[in-house]
Amino acid sequence: MSLLRLDRVSRHFGKLQAVQDVSFEMNEGELRAIIGPNGAGKTTFFNLITGFVPPTSGDVWFAGESIRDKAVVYRVKKGIVRTFQITEVFPDLSVYENVRFGVETAAGVNGRPWLPRAKRLELARRTDELIEVVGLAAKADRVVSELAHGDQRVVEIAIALTMNPRLLLLDEPTAGMGDAETDHMVDLIRRLHSERKLSILFIEHDMSIVFGIAQKITVLDHGRLLAEGTAAEVSVDPQVRAAYLGEEAKA
Amino acid sequence: MMRDERLWMALGWIVLALAPWWLPWLGGYSALGTKVLVYGLGVMALNLLLGFAGGLSFGHAAYFGLGAYGAGMTLKYLAPSTPLALLAGTVVGGLAATAFGPLVMRRRGIYFAMITIAIGQLLYFVAVRWNEFTGGEDGLAGFSRQPLHFGGWVLDIRDENKYYYVVLVCFTVAAWIMRGVLRSPLGHTWVAIRENRRRAEFLGVRADLYIWAAFAISGTFMALAGALNALLFNFTSPQDLHWILSGDFVIMIVLGGMRNFWGPLLGALIYIVAQDYLSSVTDNWMTFIGLLFMVIVLAFPRGILGLLRRRGKAAA
Ligand SMILES: Nc1ncnc2c1ncn2[C@@H]1O[C@H](COP(=O)(O)OP(=O)(O)OP(=O)(O)O)[C@@H](O)[C@H]1O
Ligand SMILES: [Mg+2]
Repeated sequence: MSLLRLDRVSRHFGKLQAVQDVSFEMNEGELRAIIGPNGAGKTTFFNLITGFVPPTSGDVWFAGESIRDKAVVYRVKKGIVRTFQITEVFPDLSVYENVRFGVETAAGVNGRPWLPRAKRLELARRTDELIEVVGLAAKADRVVSELAHGDQRVVEIAIALTMNPRLLLLDEPTAGMGDAETDHMVDLIRRLHSERKLSILFIEHDMSIVFGIAQKITVLDHGRLLAEGTAAEVSVDPQVRAAYLGEEAKA
Repeated sequence: MMRDERLWMALGWIVLALAPWWLPWLGGYSALGTKVLVYGLGVMALNLLLGFAGGLSFGHAAYFGLGAYGAGMTLKYLAPSTPLALLAGTVVGGLAATAFGPLVMRRRGIYFAMITIAIGQLLYFVAVRWNEFTGGEDGLAGFSRQPLHFGGWVLDIRDENKYYYVVLVCFTVAAWIMRGVLRSPLGHTWVAIRENRRRAEFLGVRADLYIWAAFAISGTFMALAGALNALLFNFTSPQDLHWILSGDFVIMIVLGGMRNFWGPLLGALIYIVAQDYLSSVTDNWMTFIGLLFMVIVLAFPRGILGLLRRRGKAAA
């Protein structure tokens, strides 16, 4: 059964058609990439899935339920968790404090002025575990704003993981990274998919990454779904080539 | 780290507990120590909101003054009981902060500051106008703190040294509670909201409600400070509600360092001792405080305790 399904979804901003009549389906456990030129509507597509903007028309289904009219927070609780194109962390706090806040939020104890020792230890263990998973254990006490850009993006993913996602949406996770950082991020995405069995949908401009790890690729252009398929299928698609070549010709 | 802080706290507490002995030695007097603790408690309470939750209240004298009037009026009109007066002042100020919280909880930055100032000035004018009850401009006098009764045993806290210990006990309990809350998930939530409110909200945190809670708790402990202050001088006046005092609170916090739980206490100490000393030397004492403030803001943006911390870390 499909985990996520979009039914002829559109979103207009005034006259601008950011997403137009897109139908989309993704299965549980899938690792899927979204590609497309700048302004193709990729981030808007994420916003429709996560509830940051409501669709102008169409319907969104998650795990068999229509979430079209549900708030962001409801979707987070259902397991739709995202990271942002521009890094969103708690900059003046340590890595540990960033992740701990997510863990406490997921545990629903945000408002507690006091926690019993056992609960405190349990949450501390969970925090340590997630920091370990993303490979930041050695930097747990460092202030996030003083970390390299790549590490900050990893912190963002760690925060997302605290929410126990079923579907993880990553908006350009490697943007602005150096080679070593990119490799680390790609490895992390791959491990989250294979070891933690997460369904992951990521937006990415770097084709070598997309072709390297995505099981299936969805191509958007001018808000429309242009093509969909495996790396081999998409890379020879004449429409895709035209969209990208057109882009390069303009640039 | 943790053990280090405990050690410092224990040392600091011993120094405070012995203040009535060493203060006269330095040319001070115990009421000065009491005032430092009272203001220290107030600004630590304000800093819970300002430094930790990021709510820029520039009108917190409102709750200090309400605590003061609540305590003074209880003694004057209701019953000659010190505990009742302190409790009444704290509850009145705390309830007011809880009631006004929804007006500010969704505002950010400068708008938050402006509404808090407006609330404070509103209460100031009420105190000035409501003459027959509050004493108007002249302030509220004609009450005095009463001896404490423990069963048959009487502690006569009209004595300044003994009152110092009453304040020290209140300060210690309040600081212990605030420190505990700031280390709990609630405190972590405040800091997260301060750092990135949007991000916190996307995770499902109702930031406005938590800011409301911070406002209420902060106002409650501020009111306790105000009540203790009224009983220290057996007097209160509309100045205790005025925005100038609110500004002084913020200055104390910035002096000491707002990212540190104890920073504001240090700021209060510097401010009040400087005020006490300078005002006996010159009428222009405020100019000197202003200069000191500018030097500190420019040279150590994290306040004095922030600077000491940095040094400590660099040395370690
Ligand atoms: N909230 C909004 N209001 C108005 N226009 C918007 C809004 N969000 C997106 N758009 C417009 O919709 C179009 C698609 O934007 P979107 O951010 O989805 O593109 P994208 O594929 O993510 O691009 P990029 O690769 O540059 O991140 C753009 O023209 C953008 O300006
Ligand atoms: Mg985008």
